[in-house]
Amino acid sequence: MENFAFLTQNFGRYDTASIGSYMNVGGFQALKKAVNMDGEEIAQLIARNKVKGRGGAEYDMGRKWSQARAVQGEHKVIICNADEGETTTFKDRELIKNDPFNLIEAMIIAGWAMGADKGFIYMRAEYACLRPLLLNAIRQAKNYGFLGTNILGRGFDFDIKLYSGAGAYVCGEGTALIRSIEGKAGRPRMKPPFIKVSGVFALPTCLQNVESLSLVPHLLLDEEGRYAAQGTEDSVGTKLVSVAGNVQKPGVFEIPFGTTVREIVYGLAGGLPEGQELQLIQFGGASGKAAGPDILDCPYTYEDLRSHGVMVGSGGLAVVDKRTSVLDFLRINQDFFSEESCGQCTPCREGNLHIKLILEKLSAGTATAEDVRLMKKIARVMSMSSLCGLGETAQNTLLSAMQVFPEVFEVTERQTGGVAL
Amino acid sequence: MLNNDSPGSPLPDGLQAKLDLVLEAHDYDATQIVGILLDAQELNELHYVPEPVSYYLAERLKMPVSGIFDCLSFYSELSDKPRAKYPLQVCSSIACRVNQSDSLASVLKELLGIDFGETTYDGRFTLEKATCFGACDRAPALRINGQVYGPLHSREEIATLLRGLD
Repeated sequence: MENFAFLTQNFGRYDTASIGSYMNVGGFQALKKAVNMDGEEIAQLIARNKVKGRGGAEYDMGRKWSQARAVQGEHKVIICNADEGETTTFKDRELIKNDPFNLIEAMIIAGWAMGADKGFIYMRAEYACLRPLLLNAIRQAKNYGFLGTNILGRGFDFDIKLYSGAGAYVCGEGTALIRSIEGKAGRPRMKPPFIKVSGVFALPTCLQNVESLSLVPHLLLDEEGRYAAQGTEDSVGTKLVSVAGNVQKPGVFEIPFGTTVREIVYGLAGGLPEGQELQLIQFGGASGKAAGPDILDCPYTYEDLRSHGVMVGSGGLAVVDKRTSVLDFLRINQDFFSEESCGQCTPCREGNLHIKLILEKLSAGTATAEDVRLMKKIARVMSMSSLCGLGETAQNTLLSAMQVFPEVFEVTERQTGGVAL
Repeated sequence: MLNNDSPGSPLPDGLQAKLDLVLEAHDYDATQIVGILLDAQELNELHYVPEPVSYYLAERLKMPVSGIFDCLSFYSELSDKPRAKYPLQVCSSIACRVNQSDSLASVLKELLGIDFGETTYDGRFTLEKATCFGACDRAPALRINGQVYGPLHSREEIATLLRGLD
């Protein structure tokens, strides 16, 4: 299969340490075009291409930009969420590593479009090796007058600061990330106030994923509509997916929406190891959903995946073969949340603990039918009443697996231990 | 205010100057405390933030030291307890686990004679579990002081890697 390059079109084409090299391949042309456009026009362009946020929540991006524009405030903030913490998700790493200047340009464009004057990049500590690259890109952009005051003579001021996370998955959640940027422990808070009104340092804040932002400069320069010509009616264009687990060639691939899951797993990622059979695929990282082998012929689009009970989410695909049982897979996933729950709210803290215990019992063959019912109930309570997105989505995988693999959760009388209570 | 390496300073020789460089690189900006602590931690051979360092940073940043302790206990990449010269972090998330990271862990345990959470007698190695650090394309992956190694399958590869450290 041919690799269509839109988001990745700059990869390998310029020296990522040099702004001059970036400008030689058309760098900052999109910004020059953007500053002659009204911010609303840019938001409309994004909306026309039906771009959804690429961090996982799939929020309509054009709408987000229009809303951010509409908020009044002397100072406004754009945050680039580079705290890519979902498991099997490493697409943002590739975007930053191979095209750092494009991200900087995208943030400046976002600043112009929304009337923001501050930009923050919040990058996970695990990507510390990319810090020098981004700091250099910011410094060079400043030297060339693309950051600072009166950018391109348009009376527009914008600056970017790089912040580091320190290994907390919960900091991918908006309010937690904001607390972390404020120099505090990243515990999420209740909403409202929504961050678009009162975010970091109580300023109106717009939070966007690396991939979402990176798309914008390319869209602005795409006059022939190459992007819009890809994909399906509701899932326009292309998407980065990261495939890992039991595949021969794990990696990040740019695919047109509508590519089948089979083409991704067997074509791009080289298929499963010799002689292995597919057990399941988890879409969108630890907080995503799982599907069995019947997902293979499903086109990778927002709508088709949803009708198969999974989601695009973060764009990660964890491929698991039959050497790992469904139950073991769920226990590994549960370990992740038991570790990463911040412990602040009861449903998430206690729910994760008890589901972990029940999964252990199921594994040991000592769970009762009542345990399984209770587990499902706890999972639902968590998704309805947790404080933040972490707790709300932590049991997505379990709930989807209970639907796809009901046999795993069938408890026979023998297993109940024979004691009638 | 503490003077540079004054006799009364609880910080070892030269550390204060290094911490000042870290602070300067972050513009003495208290909101950058997480990044500052990450850098300060790397100044210590055992990759942790000793208590006197926390107090020093709090004073220079004019922030309460409780805020620093809060961060140290909250973020898993920060430690207020001595670790080792080489903390060996085995990824325990899905992509690595289905690629036999358990065998990687057992080889490490066997070669070093320690379990998770333990440190070798010479303080060189400690074995830690880490959640996904975004190296799923290199599973099973091991991270040592920010550097990712993988995929690590054979016993020889792992032994060579350990021998090759400094």
